[in-house]
Amino acid sequence: MHASLTADGALGLDGVFRRPDPRAALSATPASAQQEADQRRAAWMAAAQAGDRRAYERVLADSLPLIRAAARRQGVATDNIDDVVQETLLTVHRVRHTYDPSRSYDAWITAIASRRAIDALRSHGRRDRRELHDEQVLDMQTDHADAARDTEREQEARRLRAAIATLPPGQREAVEQLALRERSLAEAAEHTGRNAGALKVNLHRALKALRNRFHGDS
Amino acid sequence: MSEPSNHHRLIDALGAELVPVRRLPPPWRRAAGWLLVVAAIAAVLFVHYGSGGMLRRWAGAPDLAWAGVGAVLTAATAAWAAFALGVPGRSARWAWLPVAPALLWVGASGLGCLRDWIAPGTVVAGPHQPIGCLQFIIAFSVPLSALLIWLLRRACPLRPVLTAVLIGLASAAASASLLEICHEFDAAASDLLTHALAVVAVIAVNAAMGGRLLRSR
Repeated sequence: MHASLTADGALGLDGVFRRPDPRAALSATPASAQQEADQRRAAWMAAAQAGDRRAYERVLADSLPLIRAAARRQGVATDNIDDVVQETLLTVHRVRHTYDPSRSYDAWITAIASRRAIDALRSHGRRDRRELHDEQVLDMQTDHADAARDTEREQEARRLRAAIATLPPGQREAVEQLALRERSLAEAAEHTGRNAGALKVNLHRALKALRNRFHGDS
Repeated sequence: MSEPSNHHRLIDALGAELVPVRRLPPPWRRAAGWLLVVAAIAAVLFVHYGSGGMLRRWAGAPDLAWAGVGAVLTAATAAWAAFALGVPGRSARWAWLPVAPALLWVGASGLGCLRDWIAPGTVVAGPHQPIGCLQFIIAFSVPLSALLIWLLRRACPLRPVLTAVLIGLASAAASASLLEICHEFDAAASDLLTHALAVVAVIAVNAAMGGRLLRSR
């Protein structure tokens, strides 16, 4: 039923080239139950696109196992899976208009999660290569090895990411490009197509908004 | 327990800023919109140059007609494939869609070089004359690529470089199709080489620049 509803598969290309079912690795749930769950999530996402907050929160919560499964399949370490989940949720929020309710929701979100997992693997690879193994440097870092502080820092990072997600698109883009990805103004301008002045103004406004939010929280 | 609560906190935050969104039209419709712009440019060129010369050339040398048809089909299928790759969950095999039309385009252009007679209404280009073709293809490819990149930035291309290559192929093929309207040179090795150089340059620049511009999502 679902496959016959493809909106633009006039050549049937996606039908012919369909990937293995992304949910197959999740559980031994019968195919019909998986299909029902997919259709349920598709209906929720369609409602979310129309502005239904309850449906949106449901579909995102229901997607967490799918995202984790996709991250695991790409080989993301258990410690980093939650980062992939957060990045995927933020991406889904930005690109929710690209979902076509006549097609599989699970295939859509699995593709996004897989891409974010690959990004996470690359980013960790880069970080690992940059790491210094000098003993002196390691000595200097001993006070950072405290697990409780690491956890606290991770939680703060997640709170910050959630706050960034609520910024207007231009400000969010400036924070992501200049602060999170540590790009120079020129690089960020090249990537976003915006001029350096606009990026600077957006970053300034975003930092002000975040400062207000966190001062308000504390 | 802290991890799930973090996720749910983020979900709450995203839910709080939820606004209705306008759904992205299907890839074929978006590709058709871009092709309409190409058709509008073609209409302007037809008004300026007329269609007589092109039809005379095509009637006299069918390989030129097949090359033109191949270029138009390559532009349409590459644009369609690029828009399909802009939607998460679509197969990467969409990228194969323009391969057959591109083979027709390249093959028919190459066959034209083997003819030992000159197509009507044309001359064999001298060593410096095909530069005009190169300029034409690049000059038209720039705005057509920019339009495709702008349209695709509203989507979510998860394979930005592959999508950018298809954007380059679509705009270079569309520019070569437009050139067909006013192309006064017969197929020859120097002309074919210039066209190939222009197409490869457009695809390479798109892969380098377009890939970055599409990656920011």
